Amino acid sequence: MPAPAVDAQAVVGFIPDLRRYARSLTGDAWSADDLVQDTLERACDRLSLWRPGSDLRAWLFTLMHNLWVDGARRAVRQQQSAQVDVDDVAHELMAPPPATEQALDLQRCLMRLPEDQRETLLLVSLQDLGYEDVARITGVPVGTVMSRLSRARARLRELMDGARPTAAPAPPLRRLE
Amino acid sequence: MKQEAPNPVDDETLHAWVDGRLDAAGRERMRALLQADPALAATVDAWSQQRDALRGLHASLATEAPPAAMVQAARALGERRQRAVDWQRWGGMAASVVIAFAVGWLGHGQWRGWNDRQAAALARSQGPVEFGRQAVVAHVVYTPEVRHPVEVEAAQQEHLVQWLSKRLGRPLKVPMLGEQGYELVGGRLLPGDKGARAQFMYQNAAGERLTLYIGAIDDGASRASGETAFRFTSEAGVASFYWVDRGFGYAMTGKLPRQRLLTLSEAAYRQL
Repeated sequence: MPAPAVDAQAVVGFIPDLRRYARSLTGDAWSADDLVQDTLERACDRLSLWRPGSDLRAWLFTLMHNLWVDGARRAVRQQQSAQVDVDDVAHELMAPPPATEQALDLQRCLMRLPEDQRETLLLVSLQDLGYEDVARITGVPVGTVMSRLSRARARLRELMDGARPTAAPAPPLRRLE
Repeated sequence: MKQEAPNPVDDETLHAWVDGRLDAAGRERMRALLQADPALAATVDAWSQQRDALRGLHASLATEAPPAAMVQAARALGERRQRAVDWQRWGGMAASVVIAFAVGWLGHGQWRGWNDRQAAALARSQGPVEFGRQAVVAHVVYTPEVRHPVEVEAAQQEHLVQWLSKRLGRPLKVPMLGEQGYELVGGRLLPGDKGARAQFMYQNAAGERLTLYIGAIDDGASRASGETAFRFTSEAGVASFYWVDRGFGYAMTGKLPRQRLLTLSEAAYRQL
C-alpha cells in the first residue's frame, strides 16, 4: 500500500510555530531562521525515516532538537568565556523597563537558563506539547523532562523577579549549577 | 535566594496543573491544596504567569509570512514523499517482473557461461538480480526528472567523481560514451542494501537518457571466480544489462533495443 504523501501545505502551516520556537530558543532572529531552514532541509533528506501516519510536527521538532544540540555544543565551546554572570548585568536588569519591554526581559532571562531547561520549558509552554512528546523529542526519560521543567520554572521565576524594578534591594542572584 | 518549602504534592502534579493537564478530580484536589498553602499557591501562580508570558513571546511571527526559502523547503518535502511513493510503486512492479523473468530464465536453463554451482549460489544470494532490479527502479524514477535529473552536473565532473568515489568507498571512473552518441548529464547518490549506490546519467541528441548504476554487491560466486557475466533484464521497454566485477555491480539501463544496449554496456565495461 503506498504511503500517504506529506501534505506540503500542512508543513508550510507549521513554519510559524517552528520559527517562534526557534526564535525563543536561540534568542536571535538570524540563527532561528537558519535553524528552521536546516530543519526543513534535513526533513527532506531524512523523510524515509519518518513513519507515515505519525505526528509530523513532533518529528520536525525532533529534527530541530538534534540540529540545535549539535549546534549548541559547538557554540558552547566557542562562547564559554563570553558567558555573562547575572551579577554582572544586574544593573541592566534593574533598569525600569516599560511594559512593552517585558518580552525583551523574558527573552533575556530565558537565555540565562541552561539550554536543556530552556528547550524543555519552551516545548511545554510555548508549543503546549505533552510531557511524553517532549521526552521523545529531546530523547530523555519523562522523569528528566519533569526535573528540567521544575528547575527551569524555579530559575526563570528568580530571574524575572530580579528583572523587575520593585526587586531593587533583592539579594544578589547567584548562578546555580 | 528563595527557599521553596517542601511541597505536599509532587512536582509533576504541579506542572500538570499549570499546563492544564489534570483531570477534573486532580484539579479539585489541587484547588483545595492551594487554598490551604499560600506559598505553594504563589509558586504555582508565578509559573502560570510565566507560561502565559512565554505563550505570548514573539507572537508576531505567528502571523508574519514565512520567508520564501522556508516555504520552498516545505514544498520540497511534499515532492520528496511523492518520489518515495513512486519508488515503491515501481519497485513492486519491477520486482515482480524481474522475478518472473529470473524464474523463466532458470526454468529454461539459459545460464550462459554459468555452471550449476554458480547458478545455485546466485539463486541463494539473489544479490545481482536484486541489484539489476534496483537499477531499473532508479532509472525509471530519475530519468523523467526535468529540472533535477542529477544531483551534480557533468560540468563539475571532477567533483562528482571524487564525491561518489568517497561515498562508495572505491575510486570510480565515469565511462565516456560520446562515441556512441551519449554525453554525461551528471550523477547522483542513492541508498542501497550494502551502502551507497551511484547513478550516472547520459543523454543523446534526441534527449534519450541512459543510466549507469554502480554499487557494492554481495555476490560470492563472481568474487571467488573473478568472473564477469552480462545479464539482461527488460520491463515495459526499459532494458538493463548488469554485471558484477570484483564485488561491485554495474547496470546499464535505458529504453533501447537489446543489441544497442549491449554495445553501450561493453563500451562502459572496457573503460571501468
